Amino acid sequence: MAQLVIKGLQVSVEGESGAIEILRGVDLTINSGEVHAIMGPNGSGKSTLAYSIAGHPKYSVTEGSVTLDGVNVLEMSVDERAKAGLFLAMQYPVEVPGVSVSNFLRTAATALRGEAPKVRTWVGEVKEAMSKLSIEPTFSERSVNEGFSGGEKKRHEILQMELLKPKIAILDETDSGLDVDALRIVSEGVNRVKSEQNLGIMLITHYTRILRYIKPDFVHVFAGGKIVEEGGPELADRLEEKGYAQYAKA
Amino acid sequence: MSSVLPSNYLTPTGREEAWRFTPLKRIAGLHDPAVSVNDRISIELFGSARAGFNISTVKASELPAKSTTTDSIVQRLRSEVTEVVHLKIDNEAVINEPILLKRNVGNSGEFSRTVITAGAHSKASVIVENTGDGIIGEEIEIRVEAGANLTFITLQEWGPKAVHMGRHHAIIGRDANFKSITVTIGGSLVRLLPTVEYSDQGSSAELWGFYFATDGQHLEHRVFVDHGIPRAKSRVNYKGVLAGDGARTVWIGDVFIRQNAEGTDTYELNKNLLLSDGARADSVPNLEIETGEIVGAGHASTTGRFDDEQLFYLMSRGIPMNEARRLVIRGFFTEIIDKIGDEAIQERLMSKIDSQLETLGA
Ligand SMILES: Nc1ncnc2c1ncn2[C@@H]1O[C@H](COP(=O)(O)OP(=O)(O)OP(=O)(O)O)[C@@H](O)[C@H]1O
Ligand SMILES: [Mg+2]
Repeated sequence: MAQLVIKGLQVSVEGESGAIEILRGVDLTINSGEVHAIMGPNGSGKSTLAYSIAGHPKYSVTEGSVTLDGVNVLEMSVDERAKAGLFLAMQYPVEVPGVSVSNFLRTAATALRGEAPKVRTWVGEVKEAMSKLSIEPTFSERSVNEGFSGGEKKRHEILQMELLKPKIAILDETDSGLDVDALRIVSEGVNRVKSEQNLGIMLITHYTRILRYIKPDFVHVFAGGKIVEEGGPELADRLEEKGYAQYAKA
Repeated sequence: MSSVLPSNYLTPTGREEAWRFTPLKRIAGLHDPAVSVNDRISIELFGSARAGFNISTVKASELPAKSTTTDSIVQRLRSEVTEVVHLKIDNEAVINEPILLKRNVGNSGEFSRTVITAGAHSKASVIVENTGDGIIGEEIEIRVEAGANLTFITLQEWGPKAVHMGRHHAIIGRDANFKSITVTIGGSLVRLLPTVEYSDQGSSAELWGFYFATDGQHLEHRVFVDHGIPRAKSRVNYKGVLAGDGARTVWIGDVFIRQNAEGTDTYELNKNLLLSDGARADSVPNLEIETGEIVGAGHASTTGRFDDEQLFYLMSRGIPMNEARRLVIRGFFTEIIDKIGDEAIQERLMSKIDSQLETLGA
């Protein structure tokens, strides 16, 4: 059992004229096997939350704590967070020219497992994971994310998750830009890892359609840099119907 | 033999456009007729002779240069050198294994001229491996005859004190293809002139290069592609990484499309990656066009710092900082390094770069 605990998290970014406060006290606990959907208007700070947990250098935590199984995540370097079992599927995956997908995956797996995976089993493992996510085998020789379509990038994020086997995953709009078939394939991938690893999931999304495949246990409404309402799956349907106007800043 | 000849060329002062970036104090008198330089040949074939080519040493007067130059060091060495190394690839020879030439200048100075002739319709690749801590002024003239395909690779893996002033000039014949890969990762001061002219139509040149400069190294590449013939093609792509205080690189890309060079197709690119604040990269692409009847002409140049987003992405997958940096730098060079087509050499170059990065803690 893993447990990610976020308490009173306040985060700011460096703007042109000083620090800008974006997260204003986020409280959230995610346990293994749970799916927490986070829904909220553009610019409300959802990606900021995701990046802050992963340790992106652009964001500074000014208050609050993030712990994984009681260990302070905020003191860890970015790679240590991954080693501790955190994974972020990014809203905008980064292109890394000249680094092949296969080299990248092998290097990451080696770092996370503490030893290079056995060549023969590893190649098979990658091939199988790629075929389950309907990723062409030729992608392994392409540069990471370079020239990938939006949907291909998202599938590639889930491929990494499947191979790197985290404890807690944050999926930042993994469903955006996916066609209906891809949405199903990606969701099945997420559910596979969830059932195999008892993965805990923070699922950031704007749409209820992905929630038909990945059933949330909790839905959190995010607005103005914090969680403003919490409920079960029915809350998502209500949001889709009524929008976020009711949560406009008081 | 050494000689001091009356100079019929100008000694650069550093104010000339061609010399304004170069630290003349560090070139050990190669440019100064008052300082004598040995006439000595240290380039030799590695491995045994094979079918399809022949290497010989001939009198300089028997093999005069076929091109003109304004470079004063090249002018000087042409007048002083008495013997020339000639690598002749037979007409129609197809040589699969690269022809490897090694040069170890040792500790003394040297002026040297080499001519490489790729016979008509031949196909071969030549690698020149430069090591040692010497001082050298050299010219390699590459004659790519009709229909020939030549890949020409120079590896500047010099020691930390080496001074290297060189011109690598290709003359490309009808329907011939010339591809060069210039790698400069060693030496204190390296100034190379990878230059190209076309002697007939339908010819093409690809000039690839990468350089890696650390603390106090000055690595300068002055590319010149002279389109003086219709329907020739050129592609230039050089990449550089600079790490450590005082690392210095200069890249000049001159492309000249003369009035009669209709149907020219050219593109040149230079990218530099700065890993330290104290490093400086100059990049000056320069396109001069005298005719509008061309297929295409373009250039681009970028100099940037390390991309933190790439680093974050790799690290977020558990890859430690140093390894992530290595991956990104390798990735930056890969496009060019892969052109060498020899994994042992590629790996050797990359591990040299890796270990220097490690020493720098970059
Ligand atoms: N460097 C910066 N300077 C000023 N504002 C910034 C900076 N970086 C981020 N922000 C602001 O922080 C806010 C939160 O951004 P974030 O990306 O977290 O939103 P989001 O909820 O993920 O939105 P979306 O649904 O569009 O993905 C936005 O208003 C954004 O403009
Ligand atoms: Mg976002």
